[in-house]
Amino acid sequence: MFDDSSIIVGLEIGTSKVCAVVGERNADGSLNIIGLGQARSRGVRKGEIVDTTQAEEDVRNAIVEAEQMADVEIRNVYLGVTGAHIRGFNNRGVHPVVSADREISEDDVQDVVKNAKAINLPTENNVVHAIRQHFFVDGQDGVTNPVGMLGSRLEVDVHVVHGNTNRLQNAIRLVKGLQLEVDEIVFNGLASSLALLSNEQKELGALVIDIGGGTTDYVVYTNGVIRHTGVLAIGGDHVSNDLAYGLKVPLSRAEKLKLEFGSALVDEETKGQTITITNELGLPLKTVNVEHLRRIMSLRLEEIFQLVGQDLEQAGLFDYLRAGVFLCGGCARVPQIAPLAEQVLQMPVSLGQTNSVSGLKSALDQPEFVSAIGLVKFGSFKTRKREGKPSLAQGIKGALSSLLRRS
Amino acid sequence: MKTKFQASATVLEPAKAPAVKIFGVGSAGVAMLDTLNGGDFAGAGFVAVNTDASSLAASSATIKIQLETKLLRGLGTGGDPERGRAIAEEQFATLKTACEGADVVFVVAGLGGGAGSGISSVLARAAKEAGALVLAFVTLPFACEGNRRQQQAQQGLDQLKSVADGVICLPCQKTFKLIDENTSVLDTFRITDGLLVESVRGVWRLLTRKGLIRIHFDDLCALLRDRHSESVFACVEATGPARAREVVEKLIAHPLLDEGRALAESSAVLVSLMGGKELAMAEVNRVMEQIGRQCEHAQIIMGAAVDETLKNRLSVTVIAAKPGPVPMELPPLAASGDSVEQVTPRGIAARPGSRCVSPSPGLTPEQREQILTQRGGGRGRKGGPKMRQAQLPLAIITKGRFDKSEPTIHKGEDLDIPTYVRRGVALN
Repeated sequence: MFDDSSIIVGLEIGTSKVCAVVGERNADGSLNIIGLGQARSRGVRKGEIVDTTQAEEDVRNAIVEAEQMADVEIRNVYLGVTGAHIRGFNNRGVHPVVSADREISEDDVQDVVKNAKAINLPTENNVVHAIRQHFFVDGQDGVTNPVGMLGSRLEVDVHVVHGNTNRLQNAIRLVKGLQLEVDEIVFNGLASSLALLSNEQKELGALVIDIGGGTTDYVVYTNGVIRHTGVLAIGGDHVSNDLAYGLKVPLSRAEKLKLEFGSALVDEETKGQTITITNELGLPLKTVNVEHLRRIMSLRLEEIFQLVGQDLEQAGLFDYLRAGVFLCGGCARVPQIAPLAEQVLQMPVSLGQTNSVSGLKSALDQPEFVSAIGLVKFGSFKTRKREGKPSLAQGIKGALSSLLRRS
Repeated sequence: MKTKFQASATVLEPAKAPAVKIFGVGSAGVAMLDTLNGGDFAGAGFVAVNTDASSLAASSATIKIQLETKLLRGLGTGGDPERGRAIAEEQFATLKTACEGADVVFVVAGLGGGAGSGISSVLARAAKEAGALVLAFVTLPFACEGNRRQQQAQQGLDQLKSVADGVICLPCQKTFKLIDENTSVLDTFRITDGLLVESVRGVWRLLTRKGLIRIHFDDLCALLRDRHSESVFACVEATGPARAREVVEKLIAHPLLDEGRALAESSAVLVSLMGGKELAMAEVNRVMEQIGRQCEHAQIIMGAAVDETLKNRLSVTVIAAKPGPVPMELPPLAASGDSVEQVTPRGIAARPGSRCVSPSPGLTPEQREQILTQRGGGRGRKGGPKMRQAQLPLAIITKGRFDKSEPTIHKGEDLDIPTYVRRGVALN
């Protein structure tokens, strides 16, 4: 029916939902989304699996639904990972060019990237991504491809995303338990940014904030390369939990109230407005003050943006974000979240739109599917690279950055 | 009045000492007045004010004012400060007349009962209207005397603070550290009375003795004013060649100063040194240096005076005023917990250190640190008070669904707790 090699599946085991997106790569290299499966997630907290049995069931349901919709059999997936244990930092590798004519060869490039990846990580941690940023040849900045250039000293900056091996393995093992192969694990924030940002935006400098159910993942691009990544273990779950605590309602009710009446800003006209909660028979149970509801939500969301803002300020990246901020994830649905983010971060904020992917319009328009679509996109770069240079077996991770930039 | 007094302080030849009248209010006040009367308060007028005729009859005071209405039948207020206040208001003119002619009025009272709590604030107002500076010396009841008395005392104290120029307050509870198991009730009260009398005497000396370095009465009042917490007081004496060192050691070990912690916590300290003729500047300097080291954060007002009767003794009187228990930077939620509650003397079981109120749970650790350092008087220094562990917040905030998951700690803040709770935003 379909050539399997052109089918790419992204699987995201999120805190609020498990989502599988099936993409098909056309002959011309463009990507088409043909299936989507999702299931409510019950075994995940703060982006990490806490109940394997439940999570396994949810993943199976999502995969089955996606298979039915796309009418394919899913064998391999690109798995999205997140969690508070994931960290990103920049590292520089140095390599002296030793050949007689001082010409930089492909081997030198491989070596310098290898040096850059040789980082002092805690033993229990594993590198998820090592993304090439820029080369320096004898201190000269901004070299994207040094092969063939002359120089005595080659340096490269890489952005390394790493996480706790065991925790990463938890998700991988779970998927493998379902007789699925994990092609690669991908940081969710990175996937979201791939789905949202155009090359131009990456070049200008952009911040992508993916506020999901359990975590907030963010990625900063400047000059076309990833400069900073981060995870905050706060998300929509926290908003619901705050509401349940503050309004003294059950969590499920708080969740409903959030979706129905929530807003990121407290308007003047909501002052004194109340909602009457009724039970299934229509009898009034409790009245809830809308202003309180929104105040609680607003403070939590504001704090998320403040924390992200503080992190970027520390990294000194605030002045590089000329394309602005892009929001995605389930919390991007909260009304007026963009104005709130604008207030906090003091720069233009917009809701992200997945671009350069075609297919199911219903799936593409939802902010919560952005990272799953990003996973498919990541996969499509990978396969394209493999097909383009089938002989190149080594340096898959190292080659990633140039691939990303070619998107 | 004030200007006249200041002028007298600057004139080389000692001018006429200010006219002082000491009022004992209520049964406890009258009893303390008797103790004072036996002391060296030459030139002071003693006035006993009470509703209870029998207590007045036993008093040795020169002037006795019995506030009486038919309602009471000479039996006192029955422990109701409102009644005491009403009678005092009725007799306001009498009280005012009694205060006339005084530059400084000391009000000595035991708060908690009907007369002491009710009348003293009215008396203070009367004295102010008569043109005198008012300084009140009051005791707060023992914790075992019951809640009602505590509350009445607290109300009385607040009212007194709002009218008097200065209030020196001695919670009786503190004297537990001075007594042992076998001390009789009578002795215990004698000790608390003695402490208060000691403080009256200390201030009296400040005002009347020839000053090498004079303390203005204004300074004293300024020190005591606006400090909405009890002032602690200590008076120690030492003799011998090493008396300067000894006196400081005694002071730091003084139980009322919480082994010196009170000094570190205080925001203003008044030190008065008193010695015989040979009181040396070097001694004054040594003592001040030591005390200054104890209270780095406090504003220090010092005075030194010569009292020939002391001969070779060196007497140091310290009044330390603590800042209000609720600093300005606290969020509104915490601030609404009114200072009143904080000043209430603690129960018997409460440790002396429990006056250090734990910071609001809604604070960032940095703020918490800051507040604790303010209270603790900075880093722990050698021999000095150490920072005490903060108490856990009483309200336990459940984290709902995140109760069992790994906490999200960011810069020491648990982000799983609702933001509005941590920031102390009130929902009403």
